[in-house]
Amino acid sequence: MIVKEFRELVRDRRTLAMLIVMPLLLLVIFGYAANFYVSSVKTAVVGPQASQVVALLPSFFDVTVTEPAGTQADARTLLRDNTVDVAFVTGKTPVPALVDGSNLFAAQSAVAALNKAGDRVTTQVLYNPGLKTSWVMVPAIIGLILTFIGTIITSIGMVRERESGTLEQLAVMPIRPSRVILGKIAPYFLVAALDMIIVTVLGILLFAVPFNGNPLAFALGAAIFLFVVLGLGVFISTISQTVGQAIQTAFFFLLPQILLSGMIFPLEAMAAGVRWIGYLLPLTYFTMISQGIMLRGAPIAALWLPFVVLTAMAVVVFTGATLRFRRDLAPGRPARQAHGPAAATEPAAAGGKANTVGTS
Amino acid sequence: MTYAVRSATVRFGPAVALDDVTVEVPGGSVVAVVGGDGAGKSTLLRALAGEVSLDAGTVEAPPRERLGYLPASSGSWAALTVTQNIDFVAGIYGLAGDELAARCAELLDRAALTPAAGRLAAQLSGGMRRKLGFVMAIVHRPALLILDEPTTGIDPVSRIDLWRLVSEAAASGAAVLMSTTYLDEAERAGHLVVLDRGRVLVQGPYDRVRADFAGVVTRASQPVRAEWAWRRGRILHEYWPGADPPAGATAVEPDLEDIVIALSLARRNAVSS
Repeated sequence: MIVKEFRELVRDRRTLAMLIVMPLLLLVIFGYAANFYVSSVKTAVVGPQASQVVALLPSFFDVTVTEPAGTQADARTLLRDNTVDVAFVTGKTPVPALVDGSNLFAAQSAVAALNKAGDRVTTQVLYNPGLKTSWVMVPAIIGLILTFIGTIITSIGMVRERESGTLEQLAVMPIRPSRVILGKIAPYFLVAALDMIIVTVLGILLFAVPFNGNPLAFALGAAIFLFVVLGLGVFISTISQTVGQAIQTAFFFLLPQILLSGMIFPLEAMAAGVRWIGYLLPLTYFTMISQGIMLRGAPIAALWLPFVVLTAMAVVVFTGATLRFRRDLAPGRPARQAHGPAAATEPAAAGGKANTVGTS
Repeated sequence: MTYAVRSATVRFGPAVALDDVTVEVPGGSVVAVVGGDGAGKSTLLRALAGEVSLDAGTVEAPPRERLGYLPASSGSWAALTVTQNIDFVAGIYGLAGDELAARCAELLDRAALTPAAGRLAAQLSGGMRRKLGFVMAIVHRPALLILDEPTTGIDPVSRIDLWRLVSEAAASGAAVLMSTTYLDEAERAGHLVVLDRGRVLVQGPYDRVRADFAGVVTRASQPVRAEWAWRRGRILHEYWPGADPPAGATAVEPDLEDIVIALSLARRNAVSS
């Protein structure tokens, strides 16, 4: 029995990968990524005494913007656009320090550091004045729910079709592969969109999470993100033969998104060797969009980078996955369509013989 | 109209699933494909259905609008009712309204599925589900009907029902190509094709296959050459390709099972020697 079990296990490469890769992955992630402490925050210093203040700031404040001609409005814009996490507006005593509360861990670290400055600085936390975790988590959880539906539920739905053999039947019917794919994906897209609305509204009602930005920009970001995760779901379905395999594979895609997208552990606190993985994950960019729009009221122009990256991901992942799915769905279709009714798919092979009674 | 695969070769990696196979399916007839596991039956059917690309050879098949296919799997959506399954497939073929309602009622009646019309496909018995799959395959009156082991694993009564439906489809002019593991079914077909390891061992009407069978089959309790013998019930049959059995051996009239096994052994022994 033990030998049999080992033989089966060795041939089940996905389970084997889960047994070997997952512990290593968790070790690496928790070793290098599980860190709530932010060692430095991006800082702007504006106003007439900007240069003097920069010289006085401890190294924790990583000054990336210095604008002696800048105003408080400029400082707010820099925070809203996520250019910096903290902005000092010089010219007054005490010096006002504006902190971006939507970047929770950076804000908590910054507030702690500013408190040490005593009366010389007045701290004002913007976008999440109470530094509530729920305000930061709800926009990220919206993305997580979309990821869950897009990858796991979609891949299960599509693999079930393959497992039951009905995909084989669809393949010989006069229905375009693009319509099959559209028909399979559209319900999940709509359900995910409905879920997104419900979670957003509930988040606002239950946790008083603000929605300061443009709902249309948010919907656009969510739609692009949905194409990415639906594409992942379709891709998973093309490399899975059973529902169990699809769930296993989807789990491989889901776990890094939860742990490395910045949703739980701040990206800037992760070791560089792990952080780059986070920048490959679509949830990272959706979280930037959802937090930016909901909490900071950021316009699309300020979020162009996550929008562009997500769009590129959507094009690559969705197109690649649907092409793979189409190939699986209609391996012999192009030739038949090209020749039309009762036509040969290929030229007759030279020397081919007809098998008649008595030949073998 | 005759549909066909000609000189078809299909490879899956190093394995040759079909090797220079030619099979014709005339309209109004039933062609049964028989053979053991891995003989290439499903590949042949899937090649004609356009689900498998040929490495060599040609396929002559109607357009998809005139093709009906019942795969080896259930062939229906488990979470839809019987009627919803038929409606869905019929919709793809452009049937709607009164025409669809009349066709659906007619087929449900012929398949004895009317009482189960509102039941989920998942709740049907194996035989009922195969009949539903068959109904879905012929709802649009296809010119070519391809059935992959439609009667495997179902009870004798359902087999009779399905055969009646197959015969009716052929009688209405459809060309029917079906695979089966039951040799008695193959005998009932107008034309049979015996596949072994991707090659056609023999094909033609059953009577011709029997008439053209060369060699002698004998029966005995102990075989003279074990590699040419097979068990039939309590006794063994043995094939003598050169019609040269030993003196005193008892010859038997070979049935289709004997012919299929004898020809398979002849090919395999020829290959191994």
